[in-house]
Amino acid sequence: MELQFSLALGVLTTCGVYLLLRARTFSVILGLTLLSHAVNLFLFSTGRLTTGAPPIVGLVAESADPLPQALVLTAIVISFAMTAFVVVLALKAAVELRNDHVDGEDPDEDRL
Amino acid sequence: MNHLVILPILIPLIAGASLLLVYRYKTGRQRSISVTSTLLLTVLGGWALFTAGSGEHLLYHPGNWPAPFGIVLVLDRLSALMLALTAGLALFCVLYACRGIDRQGAHFHALFQFQLAGINGAFLTGDLFNLFVFFEVLLIASYALLLHGGGRARSRAGLHYVIINLVGSALFLMALGILYGLTGTLNMADLAIAIANTGDGDRALLTGASMLLLVVFGIKAAILPLLFWLPRAYSAASAPVAALFAIMTKVGIYAIIRVFLLVFGLGDSPANATAWAWIWPLALLTLALGGVGVLGSASLRTKTAYLVIVSVGTLLATLSFMTTTSLAAALFYLIHSTCMTAVFFLLADLVGRHREQGYDGFTGISPVAHRWLLGTLFLVAAVSLAGLPPFSGFVSKLWILQATTGEDLGFWLWAVLLAASLLTITAVSRAGSSWFWKPGELSAPAEPLDRSCFALVWLMTGVSIVLSLLAEPVGQYLLLTAEQLHAPEHYVQAVLPEAFSHYLSQLQETAP
Repeated sequence: MELQFSLALGVLTTCGVYLLLRARTFSVILGLTLLSHAVNLFLFSTGRLTTGAPPIVGLVAESADPLPQALVLTAIVISFAMTAFVVVLALKAAVELRNDHVDGEDPDEDRL
Repeated sequence: MNHLVILPILIPLIAGASLLLVYRYKTGRQRSISVTSTLLLTVLGGWALFTAGSGEHLLYHPGNWPAPFGIVLVLDRLSALMLALTAGLALFCVLYACRGIDRQGAHFHALFQFQLAGINGAFLTGDLFNLFVFFEVLLIASYALLLHGGGRARSRAGLHYVIINLVGSALFLMALGILYGLTGTLNMADLAIAIANTGDGDRALLTGASMLLLVVFGIKAAILPLLFWLPRAYSAASAPVAALFAIMTKVGIYAIIRVFLLVFGLGDSPANATAWAWIWPLALLTLALGGVGVLGSASLRTKTAYLVIVSVGTLLATLSFMTTTSLAAALFYLIHSTCMTAVFFLLADLVGRHREQGYDGFTGISPVAHRWLLGTLFLVAAVSLAGLPPFSGFVSKLWILQATTGEDLGFWLWAVLLAASLLTITAVSRAGSSWFWKPGELSAPAEPLDRSCFALVWLMTGVSIVLSLLAEPVGQYLLLTAEQLHAPEHYVQAVLPEAFSHYLSQLQETAP
């Protein structure tokens, strides 16, 4: 389980960083989303990976750590709100600047 | 438990929420709510300075959950200082915005109050995850504030600002995850003990987490490789917003001080050594780049944005000497530089509005109305900013130079700081002479001077004079603050008395 989990994290982060470095806003936002998924999974795993363990002390012999779950919940809410905001901002910028490059300048158009 | 400690967060939150409710009311009513809340914050800032001045750590446990299980708010001298500084700055900014800029877009005052709630929360919290949450609160308000007024330049700068800060948030969470995975806690005092007890095997991971945190705070504070978003964002923001943003880089510096002196600073061989080793050269390079940028910028707003970068470089370079005097001198410079960069953002707007063309740019030649009044104000502000006597800039730079004389690397700071100051003087005097000394007649009769804004900027410049007159008591307070920061044991003992005595007894067992 640990190996699969870390592989998934690695792939998500790699794709996220790759997309983040692209020149158009849409792929950058996708990259941010993937990165925040990776981060959320990573936060979740800091309470150690267990299966079938409820996060309540006393029900079973080995309970899961509830704190990372609470942290992930907060992080998900924040990253969800931020993604929504950045999508709207990117649309606004695309309309106002008439292109969707992160620099706000279209190299092909400006060369003409 | 003193309930006043949580008020600097609650007041702006309630004010911001009620401003959303009265959105349809007249602007005057919205303004009065916003100004009242900021005034209350200023009073609270004074109270905090007075109370924390005793050297005691004031604790507040929201929900009465004991630390480290619940979140804890801690008011010490540094927090009090930052709270008071933010409140004072915000009062000037909100009054300036009430002269019309707040009507350029919706919800200015609500966003302003939410931003203040986030900033104050970041200064008060004693929990690392809570620091992340307050960072997000202040960031999301600042995203919207930066875009206030609309326009292409703001959309473009806003996009960069938002994306780089979202990446920063992701890195912050990664660092928090590593720290929690290693230690099982996120309370700063508890983390300090756990990190001091970490074995050699986990040392590398710990250093990794600390460097990730340095990157995150470096983005906020604008240290060299992470500062290129700043000039564009700060110069695109409307004047009162940019002036408030003068405190935002200082939030990053506050976080660096707090985390690296407290969380990673406990024990005989603290884990912050790697971070400080990186901060010193990067800060010097930041300072140098800021100096060049000040000379090379094409408008007063961009110039001021680079002045913010210069101040960050100076602050961090001075901090990294890690002595009590250098820390105190850096804190004095922090107060001075925050006020003066804010003055210059407002001044750029004030002069720009009274120019016929070109707003605050240096390229076009265009006459300025009310040349004598605005010119005198510019001269006084520039003299204070550049660090000439009798203003606070002189006192703070002198103190920094004095504090670093005896150090091995002090020479480097002297060289770069003085060179950057020379570049600043050159740039500011060139700006002033090209604006106010170029003869030229106005083509139309001048609009009347905006007296309230003019008086506000004079008052803010006056703060600099007051600061230099009160340099002795302020300096004493800052020395005590620096002593408190260099003794993280007291903080830990105040927050977690039992865990700390346990830690001490462990130390005594292993010592002989």
